[in-house]
Order: sequence, then structure tokens, then C-alpha cells
Amino acid sequence: MNTDLFRFTKSAKNLNAVLIIIPMVLLFIGVYGGLMQTLFRAGIIQSDPFVGGDYYKGLTFHGVLNAIVFTTFFAVAFGNALVPYALKKNLNSKIAWISGILMLVGSVLAAVVILMGEATVLYTFYPPLKAHPLFYIGLVLLVVGSWIAFYNWVPMYLEWRKENEGKKTPLSVVGIFTTFIIWFIATLAVAVEILFMLLPWSLGLVDEINVMLARTLFWFFGHPLVYFWLLPAYVMYYVFMPKMAGGKLYSDMAGRLVFMMFILFSIPVGTHHQYMDPAIGAQWKLLHGIFTFAVALPSLITAFTLAASLEHAGRNQGGKGLFGWMWKLPYFKKENWFFPYLILGLVIFIFGGIGGIINASYQMNTVVHNTAWVPGHFHLTVAGPVMLAFLGGSLYLVGQFMNKEIRLKSWAMISPYVYTIGLFIMSYGLKIGGLKGMPRRTNTGASYANPDSILYQADWMPYIDMTVIGGVLMFIGIVIYITSFFTTVFSKSRSDDEHAMVTFPISESLHDEPATWLRNFKPYVIIAIILIILSYTPVIYDVIQATYGGSVPYSPDSPVPLR
Amino acid sequence: MDKSEKLALGLSGLLLVIFFGAIMYAAVAKDIDVPTCITDMDPFTTDTLFQTAPDTYELQMVARMWAFQPSTVRLPVGSTVDLYVTSQDIIHGFKIEQHNVNLMAVPGAINYIRVRFDRPGEYMFACHEFCGAAHHTMAGRFIIEEGLDEPETEEEI
Repeated sequence: MNTDLFRFTKSAKNLNAVLIIIPMVLLFIGVYGGLMQTLFRAGIIQSDPFVGGDYYKGLTFHGVLNAIVFTTFFAVAFGNALVPYALKKNLNSKIAWISGILMLVGSVLAAVVILMGEATVLYTFYPPLKAHPLFYIGLVLLVVGSWIAFYNWVPMYLEWRKENEGKKTPLSVVGIFTTFIIWFIATLAVAVEILFMLLPWSLGLVDEINVMLARTLFWFFGHPLVYFWLLPAYVMYYVFMPKMAGGKLYSDMAGRLVFMMFILFSIPVGTHHQYMDPAIGAQWKLLHGIFTFAVALPSLITAFTLAASLEHAGRNQGGKGLFGWMWKLPYFKKENWFFPYLILGLVIFIFGGIGGIINASYQMNTVVHNTAWVPGHFHLTVAGPVMLAFLGGSLYLVGQFMNKEIRLKSWAMISPYVYTIGLFIMSYGLKIGGLKGMPRRTNTGASYANPDSILYQADWMPYIDMTVIGGVLMFIGIVIYITSFFTTVFSKSRSDDEHAMVTFPISESLHDEPATWLRNFKPYVIIAIILIILSYTPVIYDVIQATYGGSVPYSPDSPVPLR
Repeated sequence: MDKSEKLALGLSGLLLVIFFGAIMYAAVAKDIDVPTCITDMDPFTTDTLFQTAPDTYELQMVARMWAFQPSTVRLPVGSTVDLYVTSQDIIHGFKIEQHNVNLMAVPGAINYIRVRFDRPGEYMFACHEFCGAAHHTMAGRFIIEEGLDEPETEEEI
């Protein structure tokens, strides 16, 4: 039997298609919100012409739907696809459906209350701004659903290990398990925040909340969240991209080392989002900064390994000289439409990574914290490599699980280029505007960018205008993609047996070392837990002993508390 | 692991060590630090400005929906300010343009940083954390003047 093909059950295929298609609709609502924000910020519109409401409601659904809902669904669908495929074991589709339904119900609940204007709290939902309880319940269901998906893969993996003693776990499975180990540990903190603090407080069962503690728990989750976004993209870079480029993965061990380093250092870093916060000792902030530098190392290793893999591929195809191999890669090949989504993401991530190191650099954060620089930065990460890899991956998965030939391939191929050009223009505008002092999360169109306002800042205007141009281009890029995506979804299925099977482009390794010390998650998880305890105990201690009083809930519409 | 991989790994590590060295240099030699945990300050609910030494002032600032109290602060050139910031309702943010001051104003906690104003001019501060419907109007300014005898504060811009 051809090992590149695997037969999924009908139920598992349907589920994975649903887990891709419904979030794609939600993503498009979120992307629309993003376009509206650039128009709001420039003062071009004062109210959303279709959904209604102000800038901040749009900002909330943009953040929640794009950064939390779409990404979580994709990660689960990707795992539901790759774990059974790589291990050649069938998914327990009953459990997988339960997980999928919980996630769908949760996301739709959260989306509805946000669109009704009952949860204008942005995606960080900091108290004492209060959202409708259904917003918090929706988030809990989404997270619990993703946990169940993960638990469903664990017995498959354990069984595979028993049957294949001495064999290396497929790199794709290592990557997906790394993603979900980090996700599980990180979401425990936000589960505590929501279940024991926000939800009872929002229901009125308790009166007051410790804002700093809630905020610290959020960031315990908030930074590992970015690796939860990034790691499925890393799996595609390591496992798919070398083969698509016509080569091999330069080093299998580097991939395994990178994933284990992410387990170690992804979580004890959250306080670098709180450098400017009160009630946390500067020395503990510095400690989290050091760990953040440690977690930059696997990304630098990745930059080398992937560049080496692409160079190998380019030379295979006759590329000569120091840079000649670069021109041999399949940038504009319609049949290889997936490759641009990955290579462009990597180019973007050069800038995203540099920005991330700047943000993490302790006192340098003073210059950029909460300015427009920050969204400028994270659009080069989560809305760059992550978004592009997830879009490419979604189209590929939908083709595989619905037995479709991808339609409008040249549209699919060109979309990431349009998007990337727009993204660079928008992020440049946000970043330079931020360095000039422009705040993030702010409807500048109603004050700082309004010539009639006493707050008008003329020197920000060129950069705000750049965000409009970039935002429009990004939106056009997504429209091109969505057209190809839904044309594919609604096209006629292929009915032959070969296409009923699922396949993925799995790369071979050029250097395939035994790497016995990287084969077991357990020691890395244990060290990670120790690092988390060491780095977070003093932070939580400081927060608890340096804060006073509690906070009653507020609505974003009034300075008078709700109770 | 082949030779080029080892080299790449070594250079990556070295790069991060250099970056970290730069951070420590700025902290130790240039005394540029991030806010730390303050426990020796009593909670305050109204704003105050007073002199603590020649050219040195203590300013207690309260952020609320949707204004800073005070919103305008006039100080002589060369003033050093011990700045304490808190919030009386929800989370706000505070950043003074062209100065190394960037603080979160969180209810139930006091944030602190020291800042020196060496050049005359107007320096805006804008709330940079979402704080509700009129967040984008929440701003204020420091006005630094030559030969000012009496520092003063105002509630309106």
C-alpha cells in the first residue's frame, strides 16, 4: 500500500471540513472588521456601515475571531488531519465531533454577544471592564473543545509508540503535540481567570475582582498563545515546505530540538507583556525577559535550518553561486500554489522576529509598549506567517477532506503576494506611528487624526494613511483567497478512489540523526513546569501583596460602575 | 549536527548574549529601568503636586474614565519628577512623548517612575489602553518652561 495515502473515515473527513469552513466565515467577518478599523483610525468613517457600532466593537470581533477563534479551529483541524495521517491510525470520530461541536457552540456564542455589543472588551478582556457572561462561557467552551481534541490524540500516540519501539515519532506529530502541550498548560491559567474570577464576578456572584491578578493570569496564557499560533506554521515549514520546494529538510534533529525548546521556554515569559505594570518587581520582569531571549533561540535555529533546506532544494534544481539557488524556488507556479503561503510567511517573520526581540528587550519596551508599534509588530507574526500558513493549510485541507481539486489556483497563488505587500505597508505605518507616540487600540479618527480636534497630531497622519492603503490591499488579498476557497468548496467532488484518500507533502531529511535525547516529551515538560513555578511564584506573590481593594464591574459606556 | 549548524547555533547564542549585555548596560550604567513593585506608598484618590527638594517634585496622578487628573502640568526646565500613577476605575495607560515614561495605570495598584525634563516644550501624554467609549479623548500634557517660579496643574486641557 502506498504510505503517502491514508483513508480517513467519512465522519472524520466531514468533521475536518466543517472545522475549516465555519471558521473561514468567521475569519472573513474578522477581516472585514480589520478593514473597517483602518478606515475608522483615519477618520474616514465614524460608524460601521454594515455591522453597526463603533471602532471598539469592531476591534473586539477582529481580535477574537481572527486571533483566537480561527487559529484554534485551524490548529485542531490540522491535528485531526496530521496525527492520524502520520501515525496511520483512525481518529475516534465520536470524541472528535464532541470537541468540534463544543468549539463551534462556544465561538458562535462569543461572536453573537460581541456583535450585539454586549462584550466590547477587546480580545484581552481585562477586568474591570465587564462582558456578558456568555462571552466568557463561549471562550471556555472553545478552549475545552480544543482540550478534548488533544486528549483524543494522546491514546493514538501512546499506542503507536508501543507498536513502534525504537522508532522516531514523526516530526509532524512531535510538532502538533508540542503545540497542544503548550496550549494545555497555558490555558489552565486563563481557565482559572475565567472560571474563578471573571465568570462569577460577571454573573454577580462575587462583587470585586483583583485586576492585577487577572491581568497576570491572562498574560501567563497570552504569550504562550503566540506559540500556539506559530507552531502549526512551524510544522508546515519543517514538514511540508522542503518537499514543496523540491528538496529535503536539512536537519531532522534541529526540528526536534526546536520543538522541545518551545516546551521549555514558551510559558515562563508572560511578564514581558507587563514590563510597564505596577505591582511586579523589576527583577522578575528581567527574569521573564531572559527566558524570552531563550525562546528566541529556537526561532533563530529555525531560520538557519529552513534557509539551508531551501538552499538544498534550489541547488538540486541547478541553482549556482552564493544566491543563485534563491531564484530556482517555485514562487509563481500555479500547481505549487501552497509554496508562496509558506515562503512569504518566512520573509515576513524576519521582521516579526526582530520586532519581537525589540519588544522583549526590557527597558526598550518603554518606547513601544501599547503604542501602534505593537499591532504593527504582531501583524507581522500572527497576521503574517501564521495567517498565511493557516490560509494555505485551510485550502489544502479542504481540498483533501472534501475530495476537491483546488479551483482558481492562480488566484490562490497570487493572494499571499497581494496580502504581503499590503501587510508591509500597514505594519510600517503602524510601527513608525507608534514610535512617534501613536497609541494602539485607539480610535484616532475621532481625535488625534481629526484636524478639528485640539488633540490633532499632524505628524502621525502620513502613517495613519499608510495603514489605510496597506489595510485595503490586505483585504483585497483575502477576498482573492476567499474566492478560490469557496469556489473549491462548492465545486464538484472527485469520486475516484485515489482521491478519496488523504495525502500530505511530507519531506524527507537530509541529515537524519538518532537524537535519542529528544524523543520523549516527559523530561521537557517536567523542566518546563519547574521553570514556570520558579518564574511565576515571585510574580504572583508581588501582585497579591502589593495590590489593595478590589474592583467592581464597569461598562465601556459609562464612568459609573455597574454595581 | 554538522559544522555549519554548530556555527549558526553558536552565533545565534552570541547575538542574544550581546543583546542581553546591552540591556544590562542600559540598566546599570545609564540607570534606565522599568517600573518595579511599590509597597511603601499609601493609596491615593486625588491628585497632588508638591516639591520635595530643589528642582524635584512629587506628582500623584489619577487616571479615570476619561481624563487624567491633572491633565496639564507646568514645570520649570530641569525638573525631576517622582511620578506616581493609579486608576480610580478601570485600566488606563500613560506614556509621555519623547521621554522614557510608559506606565500602566491599574486600579488597586500604584505605579512609579522618575522622569527628568531637561528641555522646554510641550509633551503630550495619551491614554494607551482601551478604557471605553471615549478612550481616544483621554490625554494631557506637560508644559516645561524656562523661568517658571511656581509649578501648577490644571484639570482641563
